[in-house]
Amino acid sequence: MTTDNVIEISGLRKSFGAHEVLKGIDLVVPKGKTVVLLGASGSGKSTLLRCVNFLETPTAGTVAFNGRPVGTPKGAAGERSYSDRELRVLRARIGIVFQQFNLFPHMTALENIMEGQRAVLGRSREEAAARAEDLLARVGLAGRGGAYPSHLSGGQQQRVAICRALAMDPDVMLFDEATSALDPELVGEVLRTMRSLREDGMTMLIVTHELGFAYHIADEVVFLSEGRIYEQGPPEQVMLHPKGERTRQFMLGHSEFRLPHLD
Amino acid sequence: MHYQWDFSVISDNAGLLFWGLGNTLLLTLIAILIGTPLGLAVALLRLSSHRWLSWPATVYVEVFRATPALVQLYWLYFALPRLTGLRLGGFEAAAIALSILSSAFLSEVFRGGIAAIGKGQWDAARGIGLSYPRMLRTIILPQAVRRMLPVFLERYIELLKTSTIAATVSFGDLLFVAQDISYRTYRTLEIFSAIAVMFFLVILLCSQLTRLIEHRLARSGEFTAR
Repeated sequence: MTTDNVIEISGLRKSFGAHEVLKGIDLVVPKGKTVVLLGASGSGKSTLLRCVNFLETPTAGTVAFNGRPVGTPKGAAGERSYSDRELRVLRARIGIVFQQFNLFPHMTALENIMEGQRAVLGRSREEAAARAEDLLARVGLAGRGGAYPSHLSGGQQQRVAICRALAMDPDVMLFDEATSALDPELVGEVLRTMRSLREDGMTMLIVTHELGFAYHIADEVVFLSEGRIYEQGPPEQVMLHPKGERTRQFMLGHSEFRLPHLD
Repeated sequence: MHYQWDFSVISDNAGLLFWGLGNTLLLTLIAILIGTPLGLAVALLRLSSHRWLSWPATVYVEVFRATPALVQLYWLYFALPRLTGLRLGGFEAAAIALSILSSAFLSEVFRGGIAAIGKGQWDAARGIGLSYPRMLRTIILPQAVRRMLPVFLERYIELLKTSTIAATVSFGDLLFVAQDISYRTYRTLEIFSAIAVMFFLVILLCSQLTRLIEHRLARSGEFTAR
């Protein structure tokens, strides 16, 4: 089966103990498109994102990557089992960027970006370093490769984290509230980087609270509520003319969403 | 009462004392070299989510932490031959007992150090597709060990002091040598004062060395983990 969807999620459920966070999600992320997940905190956005690269193991349902379902069926209730090896290969091809950056503090920016290339892709030191330098230059951090994370600002750290993910040449990038931990004046530089990725045709699945940014970058907006997709569609439709009451309330609560300065 | 100090006994037996010190250091070094990787292995087993791996490791740690080192040594030296016919020399018995003891203590240090690494580091390491052994080696352990360095040193020093139990099974360590000299010369006060100073100086040297390493790590700025 061939498909133009990088990610296809169907019937995805996730429970933590007795608490069901995701109650059956169907979602596709087409190649080259940007899908933004919106929703109140606790709606399951981050959990959904983390299920895509199996940092959380779904309780039931399937995630297909480039048309191929991950894992093998086990039992009757839609459970699947996943091998370590399969998940490692998958994760290497899915970039993820975290709210707290999660750079490796004992490594320089360059080493952070080289580690996955060396260990997983088997690139030589020279090759990995060259790629890392290229990426740093691309996000406006040329020459900062020797700096340790503790000597970089939050915005710089997050851009290094984006490079670390991009260095693996992923088919899709996941952003988990990538700007939420940043001081307001540093948000713009990270959003700019994300926007330039979109212009380069990167497929992206983004969880964000920057609604102005979401409006401009999204091909599709998905509004989650209580573990289900409540409304989805193009940003003009979902964000400016929402059909559902909860979406309307959510957008009203953020009525003064402003456009971040991107230039 | 007036005691006539006579330190000539020290200079007369300097060679013997340094030989004893050498044996003490050798025994400690062997216990460190075996106990540290063994401790790491036990810690990883304890952290495993498989109960049939973590449970035996827990029992191992609890048993060896909750029995006196001297009892473990006597068991190996005196009781094991009765059980198996296998007769260990004093050095072998002490090396094994101290290796096991240090592995039990060090596994707890490793476990604490690994557990203190935030979930974000694991997420990030898994997120780029690193295998478990690789992320331990390049991401988790380097950070854990750096943070735990002072505790490791403390344990190693403790081990150096505990190694004196080897004298009780006739291994010629510093304490054994000191006892031997004092039986011959009756200069107990001088001899035991001298070896106390020797222990003190060795341990002082070790702690200064570690302070230096810690300082260098701190200065490079990579020490600050989030």
